[in-house]
Amino acid sequence: MSVDADTAPGDIAATVATLFRRDSRKVLATLIRLLGDFDVAEEAMQDAFKAAVEQWPRDGVPANPVPWLVSAGRFKAIDGIRRRARFDAIDGAGDVATAVEAIPDGAARWDEGEEIADDPLRLIFTCCHPSLSGDAQVALTLREISGLTTEEIARAFLAPPATLAQRIVRAKAKIRAARIPYKVPDAGELGERLASVLRVIYLVFNEGYSASAGSSLTRADLSAEAIRLGRLVVELLPEREAMGLLALMLLQESRRAARTGPDGGLVTLEAQDRARWNRAQIEEGLAWVERALAPDLPASRGRATATTPRAGSPAARFGPYALQAAIAAVHASAESAGETDWTEIVGLYDVLVRLQPTPVVALNRAVAVAMRDGPAAGLPLIETLLADGQLQDYHLAHAARADICRRLGRHADARASYERALVLVRQEPERAFLAARLRDLPC
Amino acid sequence: MKYLCLVYLKDAKLHAVPDRECLAASERLRAEGRVVAAEALHPVHTATTLRVRDGTLTMTDGPFAETKEQLAGFYLFDAADLDEAVSLASRIPPVRSGSIEIRPVRDLDPTA
Repeated sequence: MSVDADTAPGDIAATVATLFRRDSRKVLATLIRLLGDFDVAEEAMQDAFKAAVEQWPRDGVPANPVPWLVSAGRFKAIDGIRRRARFDAIDGAGDVATAVEAIPDGAARWDEGEEIADDPLRLIFTCCHPSLSGDAQVALTLREISGLTTEEIARAFLAPPATLAQRIVRAKAKIRAARIPYKVPDAGELGERLASVLRVIYLVFNEGYSASAGSSLTRADLSAEAIRLGRLVVELLPEREAMGLLALMLLQESRRAARTGPDGGLVTLEAQDRARWNRAQIEEGLAWVERALAPDLPASRGRATATTPRAGSPAARFGPYALQAAIAAVHASAESAGETDWTEIVGLYDVLVRLQPTPVVALNRAVAVAMRDGPAAGLPLIETLLADGQLQDYHLAHAARADICRRLGRHADARASYERALVLVRQEPERAFLAARLRDLPC
Repeated sequence: MKYLCLVYLKDAKLHAVPDRECLAASERLRAEGRVVAAEALHPVHTATTLRVRDGTLTMTDGPFAETKEQLAGFYLFDAADLDEAVSLASRIPPVRSGSIEIRPVRDLDPTA
């Protein structure tokens, strides 16, 4: 089992650091299942890596480091529990029998195989359990699955670190107290529960995507982290919507460099320099869109768990993420803004509007119709939506109306809508963009 | 005739009475044969509220928040985990017209 027993401690430290970056979450996920508690598992995981740094220079790096680390972490945790139980017993307080009973059965099979392979999935589904608030799901996911510190998460979401820390503590307390089960949902609930996970990932992506002027590195890292999480989920659960989300994120991310002008200003999709789009991300995104929309999903790679849903299952056909990704794919495939296949885009929106009949989707469809058929065709659709009342406080609705009126030469109407949009807009680059458009209107 | 007696406490007063005193009182009342059920509850942030509207079940974190809703009844379930509790609670018919708050029960600590 040991290799190279004479490796220098410095090399070991580097190996352990690499393993930590790559596998610490995997080890944590399994330890949470074995020890039944997030905090106990976190401590055990840290202890395991410390033990590796201490013992591997002497014994060599094990051929299978992950099971070694899990075993070491589990041992340290049980040892700790036993010692605390004894301490409590001496104090006259605490029930030693209860504490010892709480120690996981030594016969629990935690070695490589189906059980351990499912642990990262268990962790993701638990962090995104619908009984936790959306904020808590995001914070917990970034803390436990991405391994970000509470300070990093707080900074990324512009929240006070104390608030973030409290949110995570509360979430773990709820998992413990309410006994949120550590498991992969049954086939019947998988679709819905996966939607919860994807929502969290997309939220993280959007936090990173909508960077303010002079975007900090942290924001771009968030989008990269969201994509990484998206990949992880697709790898563990090759479901269409997971693929759709990954595709959508890659395609949106591919435009990051082109979205900001040299002065830090916002550049619309129409005006972007497509040479600055990331081709590798586009290619990968397009490939995932194809797979997400493919008539038959290939069989899940090797893992035949009872929870792997069948490709033809009801939740399997076109979902909202796959459709949004398809729309993004049409844009990505156009060499220039003028070559955009708006007919295809409207067709995709027609389907999306049925799946997600929200005012925002209807608005986006109206904008696409305006692009396909001319501004005069899109205006009545947008005005109907605004009259309905639901988009009154949505700055993009007014911005869309303003833009269409501008194209139609209806400058007074455009002015009114730009002004309304400016009252509602929150992000500086968007505000500056709208203000400039307003300024440029002929009097 | 049965009476349901609900205990309300401010956050700061949740542990004003030590658990062991509550346990002792509970034991005395049970000994008198009057207690049908009695439990301490985990605090409100561990609650999950269920609603079914148009056939869709929504779960929200925290207690029921509609000030216009009043306590109408109760079930005390024995379930393996929260998912099972949700599954059981979703079968209570008023889940379709009101809210069902699921609060985990807390064991009193005789040493506290």
